[in-house]
Amino acid sequence: MTAVGQERAHSTADALRADDKKDAPANKDGGPVGAVASWVDERTGSAKGISYLMKKVFPDHWSFMLGEIAMYSLIILLISGTFLTFWFVPSMGETTYTGSYVPLKGVQMSEAFASTVHISMDVKGGLLIRQIHHWSALIFVVSIALHMFRVFFTGAFRKPREINWIIGLLLAMLAMVEGFIGYSLPDDLLSGTGIRAMQGFILSIPVIGTYVSYLLFGGGFPGQDIIPRFFTIHVLLLPAALIGLFTAHIILVMVHKHTQYPGPGRTNKNVVGFPMMPVYAAKAGGFFFVVFGVTALIAGLVSINPIWMYGPYEPTMITAGSQPDWYMGFADGALRLLPGFLEFNLFHRTWSFNIMIGAILMIPILWTVMGVYPFIEKWVTGDNEEHHLLDRPRNRPTRTGLGMAAITFYGILFAACGNDIIAIKFDLSIDDITETFRVALIVAPIVVFWVVKRLCLSLQRADRDLLLHGRETGRLMRTGKGRFFEVHQELDAYQRWRLVDFVSPEPMGLPPATDEHGVRRKGARKERLRARVSHYFFKDRIEPVTPLELAAAHHDGHATEAIESHPDEAESGHIHGGAEEIGASHAYGHPAPHDKQD
Amino acid sequence: MTDDTDASIPKEPAVSQDESGSAVATRDEQHAPAHFENPGLPPHVHRLGDTDPAAAKRSERQVAALFTISMVATVLFVIAYAMIGKDADVILPILGKVHALNVALGVTLALSLLGIGLGAIHWAKTLMPDEEVVEERHPMRSSDEARAGFVAVMSGGAEGSQINRRPLIKYTLGGALGIFAVPLGLQLIGGLGPIRGDVHDLKTTLWDTGVPVLNADGKPEMRDGKVVTRPRRLMRDPDGTAIRLSDVTLGSVFHVLPEGINDTPEPSNEKVKAAVILIAMQENLIKSARERDWGLNGVVAFSKICTHVGCSVGLYEQTTHHLLCPCHQSTFDVADDCKVIFGPAKRPLPQLQIEVDDDGYLYAPHGFEQPVGPSFWERG
Ligand code: HEM
Ligand code: FES
Repeated sequence: MTAVGQERAHSTADALRADDKKDAPANKDGGPVGAVASWVDERTGSAKGISYLMKKVFPDHWSFMLGEIAMYSLIILLISGTFLTFWFVPSMGETTYTGSYVPLKGVQMSEAFASTVHISMDVKGGLLIRQIHHWSALIFVVSIALHMFRVFFTGAFRKPREINWIIGLLLAMLAMVEGFIGYSLPDDLLSGTGIRAMQGFILSIPVIGTYVSYLLFGGGFPGQDIIPRFFTIHVLLLPAALIGLFTAHIILVMVHKHTQYPGPGRTNKNVVGFPMMPVYAAKAGGFFFVVFGVTALIAGLVSINPIWMYGPYEPTMITAGSQPDWYMGFADGALRLLPGFLEFNLFHRTWSFNIMIGAILMIPILWTVMGVYPFIEKWVTGDNEEHHLLDRPRNRPTRTGLGMAAITFYGILFAACGNDIIAIKFDLSIDDITETFRVALIVAPIVVFWVVKRLCLSLQRADRDLLLHGRETGRLMRTGKGRFFEVHQELDAYQRWRLVDFVSPEPMGLPPATDEHGVRRKGARKERLRARVSHYFFKDRIEPVTPLELAAAHHDGHATEAIESHPDEAESGHIHGGAEEIGASHAYGHPAPHDKQD
Repeated sequence: MTDDTDASIPKEPAVSQDESGSAVATRDEQHAPAHFENPGLPPHVHRLGDTDPAAAKRSERQVAALFTISMVATVLFVIAYAMIGKDADVILPILGKVHALNVALGVTLALSLLGIGLGAIHWAKTLMPDEEVVEERHPMRSSDEARAGFVAVMSGGAEGSQINRRPLIKYTLGGALGIFAVPLGLQLIGGLGPIRGDVHDLKTTLWDTGVPVLNADGKPEMRDGKVVTRPRRLMRDPDGTAIRLSDVTLGSVFHVLPEGINDTPEPSNEKVKAAVILIAMQENLIKSARERDWGLNGVVAFSKICTHVGCSVGLYEQTTHHLLCPCHQSTFDVADDCKVIFGPAKRPLPQLQIEVDDDGYLYAPHGFEQPVGPSFWERG
């Protein structure tokens, strides 16, 4: 658009909005709304703070909506959960079913189960609320996981956001526990089996296992206490913790201001986006209704956890294919893969590592690893700067590889949780499947790490290629001598900036082990370790294109340049010219003006 | 390490080129800068609605239509709530037979919410200002003066309280704060359950005890002031009827509970330990002599509680005589002491010895020889 055109567009746009203003009531004090605002401000002085908040700028990107989905699901959970408390009876007291669901008439069951059937069958719309609650719990945990992936792969956990990363991890763990406990409340056959397994997990804890079990269940399993206790934890304790941590999480997002992806005009010292009022408020507020609407739609159409079909919990009964909710699947899968020989007797005591590793130790260990990762990366890079510009995952091949390896590890545990289903569906032997998963659990993450890292490096090379030689237009051109070229369209400065605005850290050199007098330096070993890790992280690196390289690429289609530098063996690549010659003897061509003249 | 970018945004791209794409470097190669420079925000491109009042009007109508859909759906929700019965079913394509009220309420609620949500987003996208705004960031770190001020306030506070000069106060305060939560913790832990875990309870089952022998009047028979008991019979679960050896035909499977289980104070707690599965096999297929001895002509009884984490091992495959636990697929070989042949469990299912009493019913002369169910620390 020409400058004049833009000018005209501006004035038309203003003219349209000016129209709006004319229609608005011409009230100097802002009308009744203004009067209320003024009343509040005179008593709280909040005008300044609120107008500051309303002007806050949020960058726009689809991946930033994942955290929002988690936030809105939490709200939907709180609303629908509150509804459920009005009918649910958290009691293990025995009762005989007398409601309208015929197959269960006269069956002995706990009041918890009977009230859940009552909500589903006899409270109008109760089933909808139950299904909204369960579906939004699933959406909640999925969106947390995806949100976490986005934070990890873009490096949003770097300084100053490490605290928020850790708060986020706590939220993720609490969300899973909250989900598991909620799933247990109806006291149906599946959830009772889940609690039964949980008690088995607890018993496997050395020394204190039996004590913990007796305290939690108020005596032997199952006893009368577990459902009322779980109820308090589910509706009071954990929601309070979730809301508290979530509030801290979101306040920190405000304080830090949201990160943004690199792009023209975006720097580490600014944030480019839309102000809270009105655009972000309308989009985010609208998005809440969209998330709620989609959840309601799923809940209306797709049945979930039809407990009346499972029946009440009977310790002697079981159904085939019993499975926990998806987010507990990976722990269940781990239990299926851990071999029985990990249990042994020593000093007249039983050590059940086959259970303990999967059910008790795994989650804390994984969470610790995730919790320290930002600090490890910081130690490796020695980087103490604030980072507000996100990384494109391909520009951090090692981190991206590690993340994908971790997801693979998780994915295999998750798949293992369905080993019986896979066996039936594909008519395979469950032994073979389990053995395969055991091997894959070790091998696949390593392979995936390597492949993803290579893939990132190739994507980076493709970026360089695009930048140096432009976009393929599909347009053919004939030179004077009758040779054909495909014309490449140069990127403009804005497109180019997206591809070059990153830093590719160099591995740090090995420090000498001894000082100039030949004496071992203090801390030398630690530094060597650090240098080794840094080498591992950054030895394969691709630098952003520099103006010099770009200029060289234009001058000479045969430019040879180092595209990947190994510190040990300088390796150089070859990049072909700006146009691909089609069916010609000459490997590299160039449609630049000087070429055309020959 | 340097920042990702420079804060200054030049107005002009460092290297310019004409629109056609054949670039000309403005500077000589020798003088080319080491890095590209941030070209600044791209020129704003106006939307159709910004320049064309008709397009803007169209957007307005679309937004209003979405809000109207929401209102209509809300009314439909109320109508559905009032009109549709609790147990009406409808057949829908793909979904099959579904609960009519639930579908009607869910879909109308969804439309009512989506109408508002999509309307607001469409409004924001087409009519609200779409020019990006730049806000400056400031380092998180407070200024040096502020930090110095903080240190001054805190050390002033310490000074004023004299805490460092009066170690007696410092240490007694530390001690008091260190243990003040003990009473609360004690009450909680003490009250939650028996602190001294009653491990005996985990090691025994109802099979270790007997049922009172009744005399002619139906009263428990007493000898030396004690109730006389006899071992418990095997009863069908859930009917609670006794089982004759002749009922157990080859290949059949019975789910069994001890006699009198419903007269115990907490039947569930007993069931979870005492559940048994009774299987009739061809005796010559049984590999273990002990197993044959404890059974009767190939009829054997094993604990039904998985030795992994305690699900009930309910799936019996007659052809392979394997018992499978559906929780994590531990598989036990009934022909061989119920040893684990696959899966994460370690220990075999304990066997329950069975005999026939004078009336021809099966009973268990004594309980299991080892604790049933999942492992625990004190199991030894
Ligand atoms: C209850 C669960 C959670 C809720 C409701 C939630 C919500 C949010 C929201 C609304 C944002 C701002 C929008 C966005 O960047 O997506 C955000 C940012 C963030 N979250 Fe979460 N989150 C949750 C869990 C987590 C988890 C599990 C992690 C990681 C372990 C995490 C780490 C972060 C970080 C580091 C930011 C700042 C990102 C940035 O500024 O780029 N959060 N969260
Ligand atoms: S409980 Fe039986 S295999 Fe895990």
